[in-house]
Amino acid sequence: MDALPAHMRPERSFQGLILTLQRYWADYGCVILQPYDMEVGAGTFHPATTLRALGPKPWNAAYVQPSRRPKDGRYGENPNRLQHYYQFQVILKPSPPDIQELYLKSLAAIGIDSRLHDIRFVEDDWESPTLGAWGLGWECWCDGMEVSQFTYFQQVAGVECAPVSGELTYGLERLACYLQGVDSIMELNFNGREGAEKVSYRDVFLQAEQEYSRHNFEVADTAMLFEQFKMAEQACRKYLEAGWRDGSKRREHLMALPAYDQCIKASHAFNLLDARGVISVTERQSYILRVRELAKACGEAWVHTETGRAN
Amino acid sequence: MPDLLLELFSEEIPARMQAKAADDLRRMVTDKLIAEGLVYEGAKAFATPRRLALTVHGIPARQADLKEERKGPRVGGPEAAIAGFLKATGLSSLDEAKIQSDPKKGDFYIALIEKPGRATIDVLAEILPVIVRTFPWPKSMRWGARSARSGSLSWVRPLHAITCTFGLETEEPDVVKFAVDGIESGQTTFGHRFMAPQAISVRRFEDYEAKLLDAKVVLDSERRRDTIVTDARQLAFAQGFELFEDPVLLDEIAGLVEWPVVLMGDFDQDFLVLPGQIIRSTIRNNQKCFVVRNAETGFLVPKFIMVANIEATDSGRAIVAGNERVIRARLSDAKFFYESDRKTKLEDRLYKFETTVFHEKLGTQAERITRIEELAAKIAPVVGADVSKARRAARLAKADLLTEVVGEFPELQGMMGTHYAQKQGEDGEVAFAIEQHYQPKGPDDVVPRLPVSVAVGLADRIDTLVGFWAIDEKPTGSKDPYALRRAALGVIRLLLENSLKVHLRVVLLFPLRFALVHANLARQRQLKQERAEENPQLAPQFAALAAHATEIGNRLRFGAPAQPDEARIIADLLSFFADRLKVQLREQGARHDLVDAVFALEGQDDLLMVVRRVEALGKFLDSDDGKNLLAGTKRASNILSIEEKKDKRAFDGAPDAALYKLDEEKALAKAIDQAKREAGAAVMNEDFTSAMSAMARLRPAVDAFFDKVKVNDEDAKVRENRLKLLNEIRAATRAVADFSRIEG
Repeated sequence: MDALPAHMRPERSFQGLILTLQRYWADYGCVILQPYDMEVGAGTFHPATTLRALGPKPWNAAYVQPSRRPKDGRYGENPNRLQHYYQFQVILKPSPPDIQELYLKSLAAIGIDSRLHDIRFVEDDWESPTLGAWGLGWECWCDGMEVSQFTYFQQVAGVECAPVSGELTYGLERLACYLQGVDSIMELNFNGREGAEKVSYRDVFLQAEQEYSRHNFEVADTAMLFEQFKMAEQACRKYLEAGWRDGSKRREHLMALPAYDQCIKASHAFNLLDARGVISVTERQSYILRVRELAKACGEAWVHTETGRAN
Repeated sequence: MPDLLLELFSEEIPARMQAKAADDLRRMVTDKLIAEGLVYEGAKAFATPRRLALTVHGIPARQADLKEERKGPRVGGPEAAIAGFLKATGLSSLDEAKIQSDPKKGDFYIALIEKPGRATIDVLAEILPVIVRTFPWPKSMRWGARSARSGSLSWVRPLHAITCTFGLETEEPDVVKFAVDGIESGQTTFGHRFMAPQAISVRRFEDYEAKLLDAKVVLDSERRRDTIVTDARQLAFAQGFELFEDPVLLDEIAGLVEWPVVLMGDFDQDFLVLPGQIIRSTIRNNQKCFVVRNAETGFLVPKFIMVANIEATDSGRAIVAGNERVIRARLSDAKFFYESDRKTKLEDRLYKFETTVFHEKLGTQAERITRIEELAAKIAPVVGADVSKARRAARLAKADLLTEVVGEFPELQGMMGTHYAQKQGEDGEVAFAIEQHYQPKGPDDVVPRLPVSVAVGLADRIDTLVGFWAIDEKPTGSKDPYALRRAALGVIRLLLENSLKVHLRVVLLFPLRFALVHANLARQRQLKQERAEENPQLAPQFAALAAHATEIGNRLRFGAPAQPDEARIIADLLSFFADRLKVQLREQGARHDLVDAVFALEGQDDLLMVVRRVEALGKFLDSDDGKNLLAGTKRASNILSIEEKKDKRAFDGAPDAALYKLDEEKALAKAIDQAKREAGAAVMNEDFTSAMSAMARLRPAVDAFFDKVKVNDEDAKVRENRLKLLNEIRAATRAVADFSRIEG
């Protein structure tokens, strides 16, 4: 790491942190993907995780995923909460026996020395009701701060994982705050430069946080969103139905990915509606269930595709 | 005798599961040993975040040999029987069997079966993999390449190594050889994840524990706990403060570290404007750290104590700085929540309850709060509370559920409500009632005394009970998802410990009707969503519901007496209360038969009176008068039941004074009359002791009657009259209790 110029170092630069993680996992042999080009609530939604976690074929990938949580917006005023932030996501299928060591070495790569810092694996079972997915694992703590989620997927999209994948999710902003020693995400140095050349997280994202918070909580067109939810749901079902190559025999599917995109769309529309506070508690459950049904149907289709099936 | 060492080395085991897992491991292994005839001297199990370990010492090296004689068929018996005998005993021919003569039955074949005991190490190799495979983790998982196959091992987190040795202290022990899903047992374990990750070769428990200690692993959780609490107290004391003791947190932390290192950090003085509970919840729940207080004032000081898992190369400076930063951020969040909560009054939050479902069959939280408020207002005069205060407190009692602080820290529910109510200038009794109406939270919790708190506490629980009774969601067996048993016990304790005289049968009717109306409305709303009005099949159902709602509404408004359906629900709920009270009294040492004897009387719905009666009855039965009267009553009952059976009739009805032949009869009749009258009057005045004394005065007359009078007189009419008189004794005692339910 000493070879890195100062502005590329993970403890100085937000992008330096991302690049270091990418390099580390690329060295391990992961496919380094780019973010999925749709609005998702978490890196797990990327088909490279959700769908690729299914079926027997090995798969190792890493990528940054911008994640949108409309409800978490605070108009850029809360030091730790944003409606848009980055996750760094690693999926290793099957989970290698030394996955914990691999993870700890990745922390070392970004400058967290385990002889100096208190790193802990604290129970945290993960469940995504919308994805029909669950797994067991931990939150990884560094000096009392949660810096990653570590999950052994047991089930995704209603399908048992065989084999099980290991999923690592780094909360990049929080990790960067820790490394850079700042108390607010907005204070992060984004490009690692100093003086006039310095670009902060505030410069890049403050206006977006303010605008989207307004949008998410106050203005987002709920009639349109309800309609979008319905349309995405219908489209998803339609594509799934049309994708069976052999009709009712349901042996091979040819359109799982486009169908899954519609599932993602429905999920995001639901998140926005939820942030607007127009979904009651009882309705909430039923919307979550509807998205889950889509996710499960997509999972079922996926395991009948070329990539998702056994051979 | 040899000892066993077993270690299951894995990735981090959740702290909350460790103690039970250690216990399960010990129990499962030792149970199996006993079942295999291997009686051991002692066993102890341990858990750390990364390992479960077990030592069992003093196990015999071999099972005892087994010798058994099995009796076979008669000599010359049927061929099939002989073949079966050979097969069952494993003999190859009858030559191997002995013949035994029985003087009565003739000659029989006897097989001598000898089963040599197996070496314990072989038995262990057989039972341990089964125990690993069937270990009862509350949640377990699969992992790695093997998880693609069916039947792969499930463990709490990936299992990496198994150490298992068996042998004598004086010798090199043997590895108990077995494998579970590709993991082979051996004698290699690993030290602390960061400070001593190298492989360690172990022989037996003594060197295992010592080598782990060298490798920065404290095996015994008790020892880790001691270190933490001693060091934490010391650190606080050194600064002139006191550790805020927290045994639950201590247990959890001891399960998060293999090598506890206690450190102290600071936070900004400014955060002390927050209520201490918020600071403690923030630091404790989110960060698993202890708070520190001023020993004299009890107030928190801006310090906290963390427990790291390593001895850091910079003596923990970076760890302290990191934790301080996280705690600062967390407290900022909490402060933000607290300050934004303060901007909205409690009552201005309540509209949100209109869209919050309490239970799908019972309607919204808002409806529930209306019920509690109305009920609290009705109960207020009974408990001596101001009606308007009780109403106000009931209205605000749940409002803090809608605040951000309680959203973040649910355990602060109630306490925050009181705090915010005080800050917004509510009356003191009203404010206290918000926190206190949840009390008693458990059997060891105190019962509130302030009348407003009592009124709201009773209203809340009674509403919950009648509500779930109204929709027929009663506890069954071990299932009590809405904690209704606890709610009933809460009502009981509130009534008894505040000496409140309440006729539950009367009190329950109003809230029950209210809940029935809301349940009905909830159902109507549901049908409306399904567009029942337009659906010809559902329309009649809808109309019937609407009519029923109007009817109950009218009963509610005009206070009509309980209708049969309502009376049935109330009777059922009363017997639920009776059961809870019995459990409660029994736990306090009251005789369950006395409780039964009182409950057997008609219409017992005033729990305080029931308890007073039981107490008086207990005292009475301890006296000679009581014992003799009980004996006399029992005698009367016995004679009666024999004669009743004989004649196939009951001897009720008043005896005929003209048929009395003996003075003792007349005296008894007079005594009964008097006892009945006096006891009845005393009971009316709730003076159970006097009622018992009145009963006691029956005793000489009863004794004299049995001494001098022959019940079964030759004259049938006289006999019948005497039996009726006996029946009167039984009837008279029912003024205080059903004596036939009393044992002894």
